[in-house]
Amino acid sequence: MTKNPKNLKIPKQAARQYPKPPEGSWTEHCPELDTDPISYENSISPEFFELEREAVFKRAWLNVGRVEQLRRKGSFFTKEIPGLKTSLIIVRGKDDKIRAFHNVCRHRGNKLVWNDHPAEEVSGTCRQFACKYHGWTYDLEGKLNFILQEGEFFGIDKADYPLVSVHCDVWKGFIFVNFAEQPEKSLDEFLGPMITAIDYPFEKLTQRYYYRGDIRSNWKIFHDAFQEFYHPPILHGHQNPVMRQADYKDQGFYTSHFQVDGPHRVGSTSGGAGGKLIPEFYNPIEQVMRSGLFGPWDPSEIVGDELPAGLNPGNKDNWGLDSFQIFPNFAIVFWETGWYLTYHYWPVAHDRLLFEANAYFTPPRNVRERLAQQLGIATIKEYALEDCGTLEATQMGLESRVVTSFPLGDQEFMCRHLNKMINNWVDDYKRSRAEG
Amino acid sequence: MADALLPPEFSALEPFVEDWCLDSEPERYAKRLSSSMDEIQEFYDATMPRAEEAIQYLDKLPLDDLPEDAFRLLKLLYSLILMSFPVEIWKQPYIPDTGTAEFALKIEPVP
Ligand code: FES
Ligand SMILES: [Fe+2]
Repeated sequence: MTKNPKNLKIPKQAARQYPKPPEGSWTEHCPELDTDPISYENSISPEFFELEREAVFKRAWLNVGRVEQLRRKGSFFTKEIPGLKTSLIIVRGKDDKIRAFHNVCRHRGNKLVWNDHPAEEVSGTCRQFACKYHGWTYDLEGKLNFILQEGEFFGIDKADYPLVSVHCDVWKGFIFVNFAEQPEKSLDEFLGPMITAIDYPFEKLTQRYYYRGDIRSNWKIFHDAFQEFYHPPILHGHQNPVMRQADYKDQGFYTSHFQVDGPHRVGSTSGGAGGKLIPEFYNPIEQVMRSGLFGPWDPSEIVGDELPAGLNPGNKDNWGLDSFQIFPNFAIVFWETGWYLTYHYWPVAHDRLLFEANAYFTPPRNVRERLAQQLGIATIKEYALEDCGTLEATQMGLESRVVTSFPLGDQEFMCRHLNKMINNWVDDYKRSRAEG
Repeated sequence: MADALLPPEFSALEPFVEDWCLDSEPERYAKRLSSSMDEIQEFYDATMPRAEEAIQYLDKLPLDDLPEDAFRLLKLLYSLILMSFPVEIWKQPYIPDTGTAEFALKIEPVP
């Protein structure tokens, strides 16, 4: 064991319970990171935002949904990508292949698929897409099928006007797109071994709740609050008697394992909060519904003796959850009682994001299970809204530029890693552009 | 009793049906924000002591084919869940320090 050069002072019990890597800290264990204070200029600068969308959001694979949203041939949904000022049509073709197209008619540029309100997402099932403006139609594979009064157009060949396609691939039912002309890596290569090792029965968790919020902070500032467990005992400390325990208030909370693979990262924490403590640690509603912040207390039908492959990558005892952060803006959180959450942080502007949270459960077999899920997702909102308010305040604090350098602790390892990865991708993009 | 709003065992809760049986989370959340703490507390005090009994009653019925009166009772429990936070935690309908942020449930299962 090497000694700890930065001399973190960890209370003995925590040091035993949550051992650090041999380098002395998770941060120093990661070769790409240093322990210096960091800058958030990348979260308050409109210029950086312009670069970031080219360097990151037009080069990385982005998750836009799940295959359960496309049950049948001809099922489609549209997906707005506000930061790229673009809209996609994701559709299951007659050949069952899932494709992605820009949602733009080739005639005079009308948005092709929408209803009532052009900015709102829609879904459905159809045989073809017909433009509302002059009626040009496209098949499910994006081919232009019909031009009204075709004879009026000068030397036109329909084959030259298909919908503009976007690279699209599927991992474990998650549909990803890539806006690059030619993605640098396949989806599997991009996700890398840590993520693709996950073999979870996603297809069995079809009971879906979907939240969405429009929030005035940079997407990374917001993302950061969902990739550290340093703030909950304080920011959310009033909500739950579990968090009012002396341990948390006096000693904070320790993540039991951090790991990175390329630009992706995971943090794991211990579990056992759901229903295993004395009743006084729970709000009355939690005791009646047997559920709360950690979701339903009782394990769902997918919970067996063995954890699904890829979970608990640190192989820790007393595993409670894994919070996988898939670069750049997608997270999957797996909980010990057999449900999962996804988060998406979509940049809208340098100081604004669209936040999406999806919770997925096994279909409830009775009212008791249904209510346990309902309390779990209701609790998410109480916590998320506290984050929303505070992160708008953080954005304001940062934008004052009064302070420009910020110390991050070892518990904020994942925030530091995201910040670094974003800067790396942007530097890399600037370099490749300079080399032309 | 064909037109009873709730299963007979729960008829004492019928006065709450009109205001508190709501179809979606955004409606329930709007109801929470537009109600006084007295109104929320009255609803909570009436429903919370009956919650366990209501769950046991509903648990015997098929979730995907609930009779109308049972479904209303379930909707009261959904409202109870959302109203528990102001009563048990915040002592006010609104979550403190949340500014103007919006975060709404756009897709939720039925029932
Ligand atoms: S713009 Fe679509 S048919 Fe004219
Ligand atoms: Fe939080």
